[in-house]
Amino acid sequence: MINIGTERVKRGMAEMQKGGVIMDVVNAEQAKIAEAAGAVAVMALEKVPSDIRRDGGVARMADPTIIEQVMNSVSIPVMAKCRIGHIVEARCLEALGVDYIDESEVLTPADDMFHINKREYTIPFVCGAKDLGEATRRIAEGASMIRTKGEPGTGNIVEAVRHMRIVSAQVRKVVNMSEDELMSFAKELGAPYHLLLEIKKIGKLPVVNFAAGGVATPADAALMMQLGADGVFVGSGIFKSENPEKFARAIVEATTYYQDYARIAQLSKNLGVAMKGIDISKIDQKDRMSERGW
Amino acid sequence: MKIGILALQGSYFDHQKYFSNLNVDTLLIKEPHQLKEIDGLVLPGGESTTIRRLIDRYNFMDDLKDFCSKKPVFGTCAGMILLAKEVVDNPTHIGVLNVRVKRNAFGRQKDSFEEKIMVNKVGEVEGVYIRAPYIDQVGDNVEVLAIHKEIIVAVQQDNILATSFHPELTDNLLIGKYFINMIDKRISKA
Repeated sequence: MINIGTERVKRGMAEMQKGGVIMDVVNAEQAKIAEAAGAVAVMALEKVPSDIRRDGGVARMADPTIIEQVMNSVSIPVMAKCRIGHIVEARCLEALGVDYIDESEVLTPADDMFHINKREYTIPFVCGAKDLGEATRRIAEGASMIRTKGEPGTGNIVEAVRHMRIVSAQVRKVVNMSEDELMSFAKELGAPYHLLLEIKKIGKLPVVNFAAGGVATPADAALMMQLGADGVFVGSGIFKSENPEKFARAIVEATTYYQDYARIAQLSKNLGVAMKGIDISKIDQKDRMSERGW
Repeated sequence: MKIGILALQGSYFDHQKYFSNLNVDTLLIKEPHQLKEIDGLVLPGGESTTIRRLIDRYNFMDDLKDFCSKKPVFGTCAGMILLAKEVVDNPTHIGVLNVRVKRNAFGRQKDSFEEKIMVNKVGEVEGVYIRAPYIDQVGDNVEVLAIHKEIIVAVQQDNILATSFHPELTDNLLIGKYFINMIDKRISKA
């Protein structure tokens, strides 16, 4: 019997993306540049996060026209974002046939209590997380891939580093804990107990974990890989740089060869100006995208 | 015996784990010179366009072609696309397997599926197909090993083995054993 939308097929899709770079694009032309540069997937958006941040207002699912144009222009997988808890936006994206849905804090949340029950969909979901509790809650809801949140649209890697370090440290803690102690830690994290048991057994998260939110240079991408990311999302970092094609290629190569420092130094030469970036302390707590969701 | 896994992008860690479960030494291949150290090579699933770009950028192509002409190679999904002589609407990559493949042939991710499949000479395995390619034409010396609804999803051509599906995402080790056997035979011949 043929089974579609199984957990293995959904999580497996993310496994195939490992070691790769997923790039935000706002039109077909950018999608083609991303594909030619070696992106493993593109995220179709109406605006990149830094423009969402600049423009303010309510950020919603992209116009389906843009998503379809991107889908028709490349052969690599296409992802798209829906608002946290917005069941209908998610169902629309599924109906459009996108390959992955990002239930994303970059958009304005539609529900401040509940995330989507992602088990009910044929299409896999990726969700953001700042720590292991959040990651495992999303996985329990059916997320097939996790990305650490970072602080989107800032071009500042500090939050991405913080979130990746927290998740990795908490995974290590679970692995080294006695099973007797796990329930108490599950309570502390607000994490589903059965997932902590599984993490203890397999020694890592049960799904792929990418880094996101602030990657602006090849060295940033390599840094996140070194800290244990399975791959990286680059939002504003590519198409807000001076030379997107060059930046895109260099970030892809730095992600593959993240421990080859001579090579990263070489490919960081003459890239032109990276996106400008924002000091995180200048952003009010209430304006931080990473604080959205729970 | 040591099996190398091309580790430019994709599910190379899953393959490493899969072959570790068969008690074989593995080596992640990131540089062309490492190909000299291995007896068989796995081309994993991933994005074929991405892997190809990195193959070109780091001058892997000649060494890969040379390896494929001498020692056993196993391509899954994107790996099968890399090996094929012809890719529908796309450029040829390594081009050593005498077949034509179609990318994303079953459809997009929503059409990705799993189903048990009988593989000739191997046995029944779990077929996990993720935006998978299939083979729509085979040329000389290609033996068809598995068919899903009249569509070719696994083939062998002498020392080259290729599947549309992903054994490395399952606990069924039969295909891995078969590949190890191919390597054993090649070593004992040499």
